[in-house]
Amino acid sequence: MSNPPQVRRFDAIVVGAGGSGMRAALELARANLKVAVLTKVFPTRSHTVAAQGGIAAPLANSAEDNWHWHMYDTVKGSDYLGDQDAIEYMCRRAVECVVELEHMGMPFDRLENGKIYQRPFGGHTQDYGSPKMAMRACAAADRTGHAMLHTLYQQNVRANTQFLVEWMALDLIRDPQDGAVVGVTALEMETGQLFFLQAKATLLATGGSGRMFYSSTNAFINTGDGLGMVARAGLPLEDMEFYQFHPTGVYGAGVLITEGVRGEGGYLLNKNGERFMERYAPNAKDLASRDVVSRAMTTEIKEGRGCGPHADHVLLKLDHLGPEVINHRLPGIREIAIKFANADPIREPIPVVPTAHYQMGGIPANYMGQVVAPEGASKEAIVPGLYAAGECSCVSVHGGNRLGCNSLLDLVVFGKAAGEQMIKDLRGQPSPHRALPKSAGEQTLSRLDRLDAATSGERVPEVLNDLRRTMQAHCGVFRFPDDLVEGVRKMRVIAERAARSFIADKSRTFNTARIEALELDNLAEAALATVVSAEARKESRGAQARDDFPERDDRNWMKHTLWYKEGNRLDYKPVHLKALSVETFQPKARTY
Amino acid sequence: MKISIYRYDPDKDAKPYLRDYEIAPDPHDRMLLDVLVKLKEQDDSLSFRRSCREGVCGSDAMNINGKNGLACITKLVDLPDRVTLRPLPGLPVIRDLIVDMTQFFKQYHSIKPYVINNDPPPERERLQSAEDRQELDGLYECILCACCSTACPSFWWNPDKFVGPAGLLQAYRFIADTRDQATSERLDNLEDPYRLFRCHTIMNCVDVCPKNLNPTKAINKIKEILVKRAV
Repeated sequence: MSNPPQVRRFDAIVVGAGGSGMRAALELARANLKVAVLTKVFPTRSHTVAAQGGIAAPLANSAEDNWHWHMYDTVKGSDYLGDQDAIEYMCRRAVECVVELEHMGMPFDRLENGKIYQRPFGGHTQDYGSPKMAMRACAAADRTGHAMLHTLYQQNVRANTQFLVEWMALDLIRDPQDGAVVGVTALEMETGQLFFLQAKATLLATGGSGRMFYSSTNAFINTGDGLGMVARAGLPLEDMEFYQFHPTGVYGAGVLITEGVRGEGGYLLNKNGERFMERYAPNAKDLASRDVVSRAMTTEIKEGRGCGPHADHVLLKLDHLGPEVINHRLPGIREIAIKFANADPIREPIPVVPTAHYQMGGIPANYMGQVVAPEGASKEAIVPGLYAAGECSCVSVHGGNRLGCNSLLDLVVFGKAAGEQMIKDLRGQPSPHRALPKSAGEQTLSRLDRLDAATSGERVPEVLNDLRRTMQAHCGVFRFPDDLVEGVRKMRVIAERAARSFIADKSRTFNTARIEALELDNLAEAALATVVSAEARKESRGAQARDDFPERDDRNWMKHTLWYKEGNRLDYKPVHLKALSVETFQPKARTY
Repeated sequence: MKISIYRYDPDKDAKPYLRDYEIAPDPHDRMLLDVLVKLKEQDDSLSFRRSCREGVCGSDAMNINGKNGLACITKLVDLPDRVTLRPLPGLPVIRDLIVDMTQFFKQYHSIKPYVINNDPPPERERLQSAEDRQELDGLYECILCACCSTACPSFWWNPDKFVGPAGLLQAYRFIADTRDQATSERLDNLEDPYRLFRCHTIMNCVDVCPKNLNPTKAINKIKEILVKRAV
């Protein structure tokens, strides 16, 4: 880095241009604030684009529905680890936020009466968990994320939002006086120039960290950047052990096949041609929660009923839906299956396997998007100036397991809420920016200088591949005590190796090797948090399924994990059982 | 297989050159992108964009043996033993396979790519019949990868004046949306010897679109509407 950092000032910065970042940006831009949205990729390339099946909202267009039922399903789906105030907030704002997307121009599919088309989805039921499935997933064919992300980008074009495209945020800048976040350090990829971006409000909307697993539905860019920034700034990460494995990733390729396939009537088969989900979830069958279906599939494979020459996957059958439904409602799936599985689903089943998909944990935040962390007597003191929304955040609406279609909803509800809260907080602030602290950028500069100076060492992809294999082997669908202990040991070594890794490319122009090295730092923090938190939690709940503690233990473990980078330390905080206006849904045995 | 890749780093290269790589793909390497990722593990200076690796984000568009396409959904079995990769034609090269797409997005933005409806929004969704919604199929799925516009000779000659197939496909997407009220404004915006009428129906756009969309058809529909409007 030969050029000294340049300083730029904004009212607010949004880091990330996926669904939540762009929804927040829209709110901020419409309030005529000076906003910059930083994004590693052009906004419509953010990973929201890959979401397929739908966005949940109780519109009741095809069958009776209401936000109470949706809330119940979400609480139950979370295995009672979700915060019920936040869940109520999300479900109550779902209709408003989805209708708003329609008004923005999102091309939802339609029913004959012109209303938005809705399909069933896993874990979404009628009447508080009755055997009747709800029709709650609002869909644009099987390209709902694409339709939503492009619509949000289009509205931001209309609102004249300022995007800093192909910029990567590297670290938070905190005022040592009171810990307030006063901006970020960021790299402009095309020029290699480092910037200090000052802001009175900084929103992290950086998405998930799915690249930590070897087999993942996630895009290359999902490297937990916001999580790394927060961890390095001395703040905790919440509930990172809860990582969702989606039941249907294409065998061998990892590409996602939407749960909407099962919502439309598809189902899973083992090598005997048996519809095995009937044994595991007699009511919901193939539309049980994702954690339940992924465990059932893994059990089938482990017990020798998997398909193929290695008996290592199961089959997703949908040919009985007929070409009409497949071409009209699931055209993208057909395209993916033909390209990545050499199987045309109109004629033959798709080979699938549970695949790492979604991080329920993340940066601890409340339902207004404010980042919270323990301080003094409070477990949830607000970190001034810092906000988080979307997959990088832990609000926590998903708890131990997220329901399908609740992620797109999370993005727009909490993206909007964070934007609203930032506007409110900005109005109450004095107008000049705080002076940048003397220490601003120290961490960033030392990381960049080290990468520039290193003339030898272990290459980034070697460390990255070891990280991904380790997480896959030690922190998967089922978790074993010895594997977890060994996984923690290995990940600590890998994190150290990441900090010493080497790049040969020293160019200043669009240096993607440097970007990958900086991403590895973030991924290492997220992976360490995940395996350390998983090892420590001695129970099974949601996506955390321990062989040695197969039951949920509400007495000892109905609490959120907080992981700190400093010393790999853990802390815990209570679950918000109290909702905003309705009675608490008391924990009970979870069957589908 | 043998891959020749266009290389250029303005920091150190006086001019671009083709560099040859020899690589034996693993059995589980299915797509061209898998091979590129592997090459980058050996030579970390090799620069290209990529993200979703499933053909929906539009990052890894490039010129593959003379034809534009996405590396992540180009099957290795469909490629010959010798492959030449170049950046998308007609746009300034930043580095290696990474092009400056400013002009492409400027044209996309110029068609006002958003639904314009100035009625006060109703409490619930605006109604749209299933048939009217079907008019948007084949239009809204565009991933803005720029394969089409950078395969179009008319766009090469006039990237600043001709909207190009990607932008025009989206122009029609909003004209065709029954919720949009700005059709005549949109048509005014396009009724110009360059913006729309530089399309000479060469149809390279249709040939290369990785999502099997048909910009030429959309362009012809806009032309038809303009003709009808004139009489």
